[in-house]
Amino acid sequence: MTVTAVDKDLDALTMRMTAEFVATPDRVWRLWSDPRQLERWWGPPTWPATFTRHDFTPGGHTAYHMTGPDGDEAHGWWEIVAMQPPRNLEFRDGFASKDGTPDPKLPVTEARVTIESIDSGKTRMTMTSRFPSREAMQQVLDMGMEEGLREAIGQIDGLLAEDAA
Amino acid sequence: MVVCVLTATTTPSPGPWPDPDRVFAALADATRRDIVVRAMAGDEGVVELSAHYPMSFAAVQKHIAVLERAGLVTKERIGRRKLVRSNVEGIRMAQRMLDRYEQLWRDRIDRMARLLEEPMDDGSEPVAIDMSAKETHR
Repeated sequence: MTVTAVDKDLDALTMRMTAEFVATPDRVWRLWSDPRQLERWWGPPTWPATFTRHDFTPGGHTAYHMTGPDGDEAHGWWEIVAMQPPRNLEFRDGFASKDGTPDPKLPVTEARVTIESIDSGKTRMTMTSRFPSREAMQQVLDMGMEEGLREAIGQIDGLLAEDAA
Repeated sequence: MVVCVLTATTTPSPGPWPDPDRVFAALADATRRDIVVRAMAGDEGVVELSAHYPMSFAAVQKHIAVLERAGLVTKERIGRRKLVRSNVEGIRMAQRMLDRYEQLWRDRIDRMARLLEEPMDDGSEPVAIDMSAKETHR
């Protein structure tokens, strides 16, 4: 099991996920620092991400978009709040319009990542996401989850169909 | 499309499908969460429920009203009594929203793990910074 713990806090609107990898902290850090690596895991296979800007320094900005099966593009941005390679990373993750301008009407999620060596060749990564509000959580889910979770959508449609019946 | 489906649920009308925003607002309070748990049994009315909490009847009544508007509990008249019963579907929806977010990150972490299995210069080597594009585009 890669993911070792998940802790969801309804009061604080946070989700914390802990994972263990067979790799060094430096190697895990590179999943975040190298845009070509990032592109291979950020978006689901049906909505691959392209990072057009990745200024991976404190105060730096990232611009990316995810391309759907029909060619639809969903744009997003990061702002790096703080980092200590290869141990800590804090960034804000938001939505953007087609030209990459951050959309102020859409919610921003705060993410904190810590990476630590646990024993020989193993690394623990903890990721904490905080939503600004319940409305924001809903919006992130509506928008982020549409990108790839077709199964989930099918399930919801199915449930609604059951309700209507 | 999930967008359409979920937007349809945020209409203020208290339909059979709970409103996610109200669900989370309602659940962000320990007393209200406790009421939802107690009302699972569905055998107590507002008066009985209010006896469990160190607050006024009116305060508990207010909490129940918030839960009712969120679609998390319903009031049901059984003879002369009005019983408060939890709406399991509302609770499931809140849980489902968090579960979906969890799944998003689980999938990402799975992809990370697969990526880490691929041969690549280890970060401990200074040369690793000088990675070539073809090496990562596999």
